[in-house]
Amino acid sequence: MMLQDKDRIFTNLYGHQDWRLKAAMKRGDWDGTKDILAKGREWIIEEMKASGLRGRGGAGFPTGLKWSFMPKQSDGRPSYLVVNADEGEPGTCKDRDLMRHDPHKLIEGCLIAGFAMNAVAAYIYIRGEFVREAEVLDAAIEEARAKGFLGKNACGSGYDFDVFVHRGAGAYICGEETALIESLEGKKGQPRLKPPFPANVGVWGCPTTVNNVESIAVAPTILRRGASWFSGLGRPNNTGTKVFCISGHVNKPCNVEEEMGIPLKELIEKHAGGVRGGWDNLLAIIPGGSSVPLLPKSICDTVLMDFDSLREVQSGLGTAAVIVMDKSTDVVKAIARLSAFYKHESCGQCTPCREGTGWMWRVMERLVKGEAEKSEIDMLLDVSKQIEGHTICALGDAAAWPIQGLMRHFRGEVEARIDAYHAKAAAE
Amino acid sequence: MSTASETVAFAWTAENEAEAQRHIAKYPSGKQQSAVMPLLHLAQKQNNGHVTQEIMEFIADYLGMPAIRVMEVATFYTMYNHKPVGKHHVQVCTTTPCWLRGSDGIVSACKKRLGVEMGGTTADGMFTLSEVECAGACVNAPVVAIGDDYYEDLTPESMTALLDALAKGEDVKPGPQNGRQTSAPEGGATTLKDFIAKA
Repeated sequence: MMLQDKDRIFTNLYGHQDWRLKAAMKRGDWDGTKDILAKGREWIIEEMKASGLRGRGGAGFPTGLKWSFMPKQSDGRPSYLVVNADEGEPGTCKDRDLMRHDPHKLIEGCLIAGFAMNAVAAYIYIRGEFVREAEVLDAAIEEARAKGFLGKNACGSGYDFDVFVHRGAGAYICGEETALIESLEGKKGQPRLKPPFPANVGVWGCPTTVNNVESIAVAPTILRRGASWFSGLGRPNNTGTKVFCISGHVNKPCNVEEEMGIPLKELIEKHAGGVRGGWDNLLAIIPGGSSVPLLPKSICDTVLMDFDSLREVQSGLGTAAVIVMDKSTDVVKAIARLSAFYKHESCGQCTPCREGTGWMWRVMERLVKGEAEKSEIDMLLDVSKQIEGHTICALGDAAAWPIQGLMRHFRGEVEARIDAYHAKAAAE
Repeated sequence: MSTASETVAFAWTAENEAEAQRHIAKYPSGKQQSAVMPLLHLAQKQNNGHVTQEIMEFIADYLGMPAIRVMEVATFYTMYNHKPVGKHHVQVCTTTPCWLRGSDGIVSACKKRLGVEMGGTTADGMFTLSEVECAGACVNAPVVAIGDDYYEDLTPESMTALLDALAKGEDVKPGPQNGRQTSAPEGGATTLKDFIAKA
């Protein structure tokens, strides 16, 4: 059964209504925030844990548990909440809608999450290209301050809290939490070695939690409606609703909020108008943003859209960005373009990634034409394994996985192209 | 002894001075280096789209940080331009989701209409054409950012029309160019119908 509208959190996902405070309050935002805060930190964190919410930025780490890592008592240093709004994983464009059409959900979420982790302020790190979205956030924060929802004695809770917007400047790597922290400190966005983890040493050397926009924006609704409401949606360990982004070869690309665990085929056919040319014209789908391995049609026929189901088929839910490719697609070229992306976005800090992403891209470009030896496929996979897991952050892994997915499912296509290239060369 | 310098020393306009102070005030006392990115954005805007060594040194001085740290930041992030750009900076996304929806055709249309290659600026200084990585508006692909706005659901025809309008100094409407409501499915949302009716 399809998710009902009454259980959708982002009722203004498409911006049909006004984003401003008055309309947001009519939609239920900032309703009884003081009462939620009055229940205390422990209650909020326990309720978030009980809801089963897993981080919506890609890794799927339990949000309530993450909040609980923050120090209960300050050692003299302030704590900070940082919201990762550096949305840039190819295929992903959900946080943009949440910020430009429903900013008050995020801002109220900042106050509640910040209170729960004893933070003094939240910084929303938004990608630099989202100029208009940052303007909306700034204006919405100003509205909340003017109303007394933020600032001294926020919402009459006795707690002081503020929210600030920080714009990035075009670096995908800043979506990695420690690179984001470096960037927020006014430095190049190069990831830090962990430990220490941000909950101990984050921005400006202070305890910090970095959460995705969607993870924070759903929190107020979860706490108002109760953990059991949220955990009653989806499947065990994969609870709640999720904003999916459906792009590529579908008839009607769109964002849509659906229940976790919805079958991939149903998601596409119900909301995106189906695959261009019909389901049988499907070649492959990248189900969770560019970093996760693609899936051939045979798996797409039945797979469910959640963390555990997609992991079972050696892919991942990631950011729930569904990139659809029909049979007209040059799938090798589609993945080669992603290799170019990772080469461009590598921060250059770790040798395996800095050198490896360029090397893999150059091999991929030759494989697009078939200008290679078959033995190079195994060499490419071998190199991808030497990059994966051998770098400070996961960008190296993210560059390796799409290629590994391609070879897992479309090796025959790559080999056929090599054969065709050599046959043509021999004939000439 | 040099006479009148060719480059005028950079200084904030009164309005941007206030804006710079607003940014610095967001960060804890003593952590004003955090404002380097917003200040580079602001200075680039004031300087018609690119930053210079003078600007980087000015910001270093303004924030009390070494100039090399400002230069590191200004060269690490792709949005800071180190050469003059046209009045309209046309940034075409060509990453896979846009490519699947025909970004090759958008690139061709731009090159043809503007008569420049990627990275080039038209002789009249009106347009600079750039290729960018994922713009983060993939369900509205293909997408082009011009200045601070996104233009979405483009075709080679609507792209050319957009450039024609900008060349004539006409107002253009950002967002989907096919009449669709933001990221909703074309032809109408499949969800939230009651909420939409109340809008």
